[in-house]
Amino acid sequence: MFAYFVRRLLYVLPVAIGVSIICFLLVHIAPGDPLTAIMPVDATAEEQAAMRSAYGLDKPLPVQYAIWIGKAATGDLGKSIATGRPVANEVFAAVKNSLLLAFAASIIAFPIGLFLGFVAGYFRDTIFDRIVTGFAITGVSVPNYWLGIVLVIIFSVNLSWLPSMGAGPGGSGEWAWDYAHIRHLILPAVTLAVVPIGIVARTVRALVGDIFSMDFVQALYAKGMRHSDVLKHVIRNAAPTALSVMGLQLGYLLGGSILIETVFNWPGSGFLLSNAIFQRDLPLLQGTILVLALFFVFMNLIVDVAQAAIDPRIKRS
Amino acid sequence: MALKKFRGAAIAALSIAALATTSIHAMAAGTLRVGMTASDIPLTTGQTDQGGEGMRFMGYTVYDSLIEWDLTSSEKPSVLIPGLATEWAVDEEDQTKWIFKIREGVTFHDGSPFTANDVVWNFEKLLNPDSEQYDPRQSAQGKSRIPAVASYKAIDDFTLEITTKEPDATLPYQLAWILMSSKANWEAHDKSWEEVAKEPSGTGPWKLESFVPRERAELVPNSEYWDDTRVPKLDKMVLMPLPEPNARTAALLSGQVDWIEAPAPDTIPALTGNGFEIVSNAYPHNWTWHLSRLEGSPWNDIRVRKAANLAIDREGLKQLLGGLAIPAKGFLPPSSQWFGNPTFEVKYDPEAALALMAEAGYSPENPLKVKALISPSGSGQMLPLPMNEYVQQSLAEIGIEVEFMVVEWNQMINLWRAGAADPSVDGSMSINFTYFIQDPFTGLIRHLSCDLIAPNGTNWGHYCDPEMQDLFKQIKTTFDAAEQDEVLKKTHEKYVNEALFLMVTHDVAPRAMSPKVEGFVQAQNWYQNFSGITIAE
Repeated sequence: MFAYFVRRLLYVLPVAIGVSIICFLLVHIAPGDPLTAIMPVDATAEEQAAMRSAYGLDKPLPVQYAIWIGKAATGDLGKSIATGRPVANEVFAAVKNSLLLAFAASIIAFPIGLFLGFVAGYFRDTIFDRIVTGFAITGVSVPNYWLGIVLVIIFSVNLSWLPSMGAGPGGSGEWAWDYAHIRHLILPAVTLAVVPIGIVARTVRALVGDIFSMDFVQALYAKGMRHSDVLKHVIRNAAPTALSVMGLQLGYLLGGSILIETVFNWPGSGFLLSNAIFQRDLPLLQGTILVLALFFVFMNLIVDVAQAAIDPRIKRS
Repeated sequence: MALKKFRGAAIAALSIAALATTSIHAMAAGTLRVGMTASDIPLTTGQTDQGGEGMRFMGYTVYDSLIEWDLTSSEKPSVLIPGLATEWAVDEEDQTKWIFKIREGVTFHDGSPFTANDVVWNFEKLLNPDSEQYDPRQSAQGKSRIPAVASYKAIDDFTLEITTKEPDATLPYQLAWILMSSKANWEAHDKSWEEVAKEPSGTGPWKLESFVPRERAELVPNSEYWDDTRVPKLDKMVLMPLPEPNARTAALLSGQVDWIEAPAPDTIPALTGNGFEIVSNAYPHNWTWHLSRLEGSPWNDIRVRKAANLAIDREGLKQLLGGLAIPAKGFLPPSSQWFGNPTFEVKYDPEAALALMAEAGYSPENPLKVKALISPSGSGQMLPLPMNEYVQQSLAEIGIEVEFMVVEWNQMINLWRAGAADPSVDGSMSINFTYFIQDPFTGLIRHLSCDLIAPNGTNWGHYCDPEMQDLFKQIKTTFDAAEQDEVLKKTHEKYVNEALFLMVTHDVAPRAMSPKVEGFVQAQNWYQNFSGITIAE
């Protein structure tokens, strides 16, 4: 198991380097000028050139990359061009807020998705199955930013039950697990949970349905095993794939959702990324993408290791 | 007897104290929560970023400039008034030399006194990269605003001398941009602007109490402010960046904010239907097509330029914008003090437009083909896509066939800086770029001056005309304000009479607010005074 873990960890290194090169090149290929955010639009060409030089943007791309990755390796992601604040502080503050949202959305999405998927798979081709499948397809298909706006209109504007934006009455810096703060979390978390509910439910439904039709299940029944014990076998066989899907979904959730965080003005990594894109804030953009990509890579690593722990066949392969 | 007197005095003192406390509580009038369009809290150290909104909410609130805009009236255009300088004059013998009298008795929020030496220190902060206090971020925002300044010195604590590179009567307008930070506060924060940003100190009517980047800033009144009439009545003003228009509207409708900047036109009926007020006013902003005047550009023909200006039904466009626009009658808004009396009337007259196009050799059957650079969004651009499509359709009706080159806003700024001759504009003959037109330089000079042809300046279309250049020179060398206004009027008349731009409309800076917000007067300016506002119970 340890050797498997080390091998998977070593795979992460080239992936991380590849990710850093791609994200660096992507943000530099995009048209636009990062200096727009910090200079008046009518600043003279001379002033722009001086500022470009001050930020090292006049150096060749490979040199800029080498400087950036060298510093990033030591944890220094540079300073945001638009705000002058350290990128690492900005990214980690935002990721913390996205984690909070992802955590809340996962608590809603995974139990509901698992339950609905299992019920639909168990009662395949019945009315339960059709209702759950319809719900799952709707969850996956409805644009969640639209759903967010609808929820805001109903619960914030019309009913005045829940706030429409922000991460707490005093901002995210003062987060506390009390109702005044949690009520800010409800609408974005529910909106964010809808897609994973649909995806997990559909996956588990298909898995459970397929496993029930497998020969070994018939064999277990034929041997006279109790129904509840057969269910345990079914669950155990479905678990690795379900875990993998949930891991991927968690990765997406942790990455933050640009649209959801924009609709709810939630100060997470998606919101940060969106601002960085519009302002062409290269250091912030590179830093945020790199951190989120590495998050995703490590999330996959954890899922792979967890899968191997549950299913020894994976480890052997 | 003495004891009796003492007791009487004590009772009187206590009564006065009680009255004073009561009056302070009576003055303090609630918290105003504002949803800004900016995506972050503007730079807090002095010169702000985030454009006009940054100056509005974090500039002229926390800081003052030597010369300020009068923001007290909604009826007339804003003019310059004394700020931290009480008076100023140019030397009659040497018109590059100006003397400013500095206001006495002003203190920064940290308690340190404001003197002429602080002005010098602040100029060094922006203009001298070798100075200890030089701040590249503030310099990036402020340096280009004071191109005339060559040198400066404090003659004594309350007398300042500024020398300009050449005689330049627009210096007072330039100085209205420059905000004064506290040297003592910078020193108290280990001479670190990053630390100052967390706890800044200016001389303005508001103090920054706290802020969370990207989320909120809280301002409280500066009760020691030097102008009694501008001591804020509110207890607190909270600024929240809410860049997404629907999120802003929802925040207002759900009672999370009391005021939002720039509500989207299609949300206005919902807002007014729910009892919210829409406040707007004319201000120095325009929405135009800046025309290429390179050789071979069809816009070099004055008949085509005039025809295009006569082809647009601006009242129809106003309807499209939910009534939140002022149809253009010129380059400056009709209420501008520099509008003048142009002889060419900018109006909707399709027949006259068709006649002019026929004279120029074009018709709807034999159209003139032009390429126009537009963006789908952008700061101050209003609703660029539907508006440009409206203009495109209007021009098609008189025989001008427009092909759009659509680029994202950030890239648009680059193409605007590059100018009409740059290969990156791909032969576009106009650019739809909205303008801040508040002072002589930003309003008129920078767009058409021969020495500012792009990429060295902001004359995108490469226009150069000796008569116009002479008017610009007169603006800079006319030191009497009233006479200078006359020259500015003449300049604007030439802008309009020669139809130098496709002049379409002016924004009205709409803001939506709760009916609880009282006492706000929307000045005809990019900046506003928040001191008179109260929140009703």
